[in-house]
Amino acid sequence: MMWFNIAKAQSFMPTQGTEIAKQVDNLYGFLLITSFIACVLVIGGMIYFVWKYRRKTPNDKTAYISHNTFLEFLWSFIPLVIFLAVFVWGWYIYHNMRAMPKNALEINVLGKQWAWEVEYKNGYKTVNEVVVPIGQDVKILLTSSDVIHSFFVPSFRIKQDAVPGRYTALWFRAEKLGDFHIFCTEYCGTSHSAMIGKLKVVSREDFDRYLEQGQEERNLPLAKKGEKLFAVKACASCHSVDSAAVKVGPSLFQKFGHEEEMDNGEKLKFDENYIRESILEPNKHIVKGFPKGVMPTFQGQLNENELSALVEYIKELK
Amino acid sequence: MATKSAHHGDNYINFEKGLWSWLTTVDHKRIGLMYMISVMFFFFVGGVMALLLRLELFAPNATANVGQVLKNGDVYNQVLTYHGAIMVFMVIVPGIPAILGNFFLPLHLGAKDVAFPKINLASWYCFMAGAALAVLTFFFNKIDTGWTFYTPYSIRTGTATVMMVLGAFIMGMSSVLTGLNFIVTVHKLRAPGMTMHRMPLFVWALYSTAILQMLATPVLAITLLLLAAEKLFGVGIFDPALGGDPVLFQHFFWFYSHPAVYIMIIPAMGVVSELITTFSRKVIFGYTAIAYSSLGIAAVSFFVWGHHMFVSGQSETAGIIFSFLTMLVGVPTAIKMFNWVATLYKGSISFDSPMLFALGFLFLFAIGGVTGIMLATLPIDVHFHDTYFVVAHFHYVMVGGTLMALMGGFYYWFPKMFGKMFNENLARLSFVFIFIGFNVTFFPQFILGAMGMPRRYFDYIPAYETLNKVSTVGSWLILTGFLFGLYAIVQGIRKGPKASMNPWNSKTLEWQTSSPPPHDNFAVEPIVTAGPYEYR
Ligand code: HEM
Ligand SMILES: [Cu+2]
Repeated sequence: MMWFNIAKAQSFMPTQGTEIAKQVDNLYGFLLITSFIACVLVIGGMIYFVWKYRRKTPNDKTAYISHNTFLEFLWSFIPLVIFLAVFVWGWYIYHNMRAMPKNALEINVLGKQWAWEVEYKNGYKTVNEVVVPIGQDVKILLTSSDVIHSFFVPSFRIKQDAVPGRYTALWFRAEKLGDFHIFCTEYCGTSHSAMIGKLKVVSREDFDRYLEQGQEERNLPLAKKGEKLFAVKACASCHSVDSAAVKVGPSLFQKFGHEEEMDNGEKLKFDENYIRESILEPNKHIVKGFPKGVMPTFQGQLNENELSALVEYIKELK
Repeated sequence: MATKSAHHGDNYINFEKGLWSWLTTVDHKRIGLMYMISVMFFFFVGGVMALLLRLELFAPNATANVGQVLKNGDVYNQVLTYHGAIMVFMVIVPGIPAILGNFFLPLHLGAKDVAFPKINLASWYCFMAGAALAVLTFFFNKIDTGWTFYTPYSIRTGTATVMMVLGAFIMGMSSVLTGLNFIVTVHKLRAPGMTMHRMPLFVWALYSTAILQMLATPVLAITLLLLAAEKLFGVGIFDPALGGDPVLFQHFFWFYSHPAVYIMIIPAMGVVSELITTFSRKVIFGYTAIAYSSLGIAAVSFFVWGHHMFVSGQSETAGIIFSFLTMLVGVPTAIKMFNWVATLYKGSISFDSPMLFALGFLFLFAIGGVTGIMLATLPIDVHFHDTYFVVAHFHYVMVGGTLMALMGGFYYWFPKMFGKMFNENLARLSFVFIFIGFNVTFFPQFILGAMGMPRRYFDYIPAYETLNKVSTVGSWLILTGFLFGLYAIVQGIRKGPKASMNPWNSKTLEWQTSSPPPHDNFAVEPIVTAGPYEYR
């Protein structure tokens, strides 16, 4: 058993944030040890033989051993038994991983290029941040608005693809407070490797307060609401707002009221209508030096009130 | 003037002269060499891209340093796609069958040529045309889908997917033609006395591979055509926006591509079988087990594609069945490993460079194999899927396995192919660098994967920095090794001492003719009276 613990400690797996993580690591620890033994047998045997039987004279006599039925049976049968045992053990854990608990707290997560949009039951929305209470079953309902993404929390040992046009789900019960990484593991283009979110495990009270705070945000002043939306709709992943630095798209910092040169040489005034048009029909006018077709349209995804909030926010970036 | 008989001093290289005689040749040996040159060229291109990828990953982009070669995600993703696609479709899949198989299958069987020499030439032209089409996309409209072309990303991204896919389609035709040719050759052209059970194991491996190529490749072809149709005409098979199913593409794709990984590895296993017996000067242990396990692996490999899709949203039941079947493929693979090690027992083992590569194969393939079992285990794969663990695993199998075997086989048959010897010390040096460099490059990636670093990332969080640095340094060691190897080969061809007919004292037929062989392979048709490895 000591070996077993050593193997687990050396397995380099991230913190065990859930009970399932422990189960997975146990099986992995077992596999590490068996694999290690298998490699020692095969590689060790090989090294021993090549050394012991290295060529000594140019005309060495060698043994003529063409087969050995008993040995061959043994080394087919033993791996088979081990593989089947591992398979059954794996099946058991996988079943625990996939059987959705009843009465779980449900959170909807939408993958899109290149952010995770999170929505709670009460309508509160955030981006790239999932907050959950400790010790409760949580079910994440996944989908995607463009291409396939995959929701991966290494510390919880869970992963599930977010597929456009259907829902998939996964569940977990967090057992450690703290922040954990969410990675996208299904390749999804330009900023795939920046599609990183945070899974925050907090106490029950903090969680309730968090949701309440979300409710209050609905009564914010217009520009503040815009700021929020700017983050939630992941505009921030492509546009900088606090410096002239260019990300994927043009910076929006201190732009309002100035003129902008388009790729056809035309100059347009950066005003309310220009902002509105850029959100709804991003490919109509392309700023000089940027490629066409990168920014998706938000037509149908924002209501008039939200549009005004965004305009107000961008206006105030001075 | 060349007459059709092999007279004194004539060999397949000087039999006819001029570039044109090569481009129109139907001699399987010449075609094998033409494949060799093409594959080495593509390997060079794919290799340079690999070095660039590793350079980019030297450090996270937050720190300013060498780790900023490919500047932004798009360029990295494109280079990644070409690296993967070139290495898979133009190096590892054709590698052993097209180079060594073409050259040695007829020689192994005691035949004059393959069954359909003209089709053989046509398949080289298919390969070149497909490869050219695919590589040319790089110069006007780069693709960035990854070599797997997953939908709906591949449908949406505004790049040359259709052209690339067409290239892969044409290369697939080349693969089918070669497979067909090999199957008929094995059945029809064996020398008198050469029963199926007296064929060298390399031939058995090529035969199993050929069956796979014939059955699996058309599925890829159809899938790629559907993808092209979807992209051009929006037919709505894979795109959810048109009512299609994006996961369907993955089913189709892996239905080909899983067998394809065996198309890549079974020939390597065949080469290794030859090397191990020859350099231990001992009959192979368990000939029948090795021969039939190739066929067994080929058969089962059609039913395990779903292990690439454990987290794709396929049903729990499907996942369980695929995991079970995958475990079953592990058994014949394990059998082969034990047989090779048992062959060494009481042998007379020499450490010539081909043997070093074979032993390197056993070492690396053992690690590739056990990590394969880990990935076949459902809940563990949920954590490892699409992380660097997978990157490490497939490099251990494909590079550590197939490429090691390809190089071992290449050095082994070098004297026969060119009639010259290479510099043994250089070849050994090359092996040492490649072997050490390989482990330094890819072993840390198992750990990175366990820690959770996803694959196809052009940037990463600082926690992964140290191991990525180690890995990048390893890639420079591999480069050094290949440069030594290249030098050994070029030097050997130009200035190597003349090789004898059978420098390794091997028993198989190809060594019973002159080096290099005459145009017709054998001056007198050989008659076979015993198995291929009668070392007594
Ligand atoms: C010097 C040796 C090599 C190095 C340093 C290297 C490095 C890399 C790197 C850094 C990646 C990107 C991994 C990711 O982000 O997912 C990669 C992917 C890949 N490599 Fe290699 N590689 C090497 C040789 C090869 C060879 C010989 C093959 C042939 C089979 C190969 C096949 C692949 C494939 C199929 C991918 C996946 C591409 C994808 O994810 O779309 N590599 N390699
Ligand atoms: Cu993604």
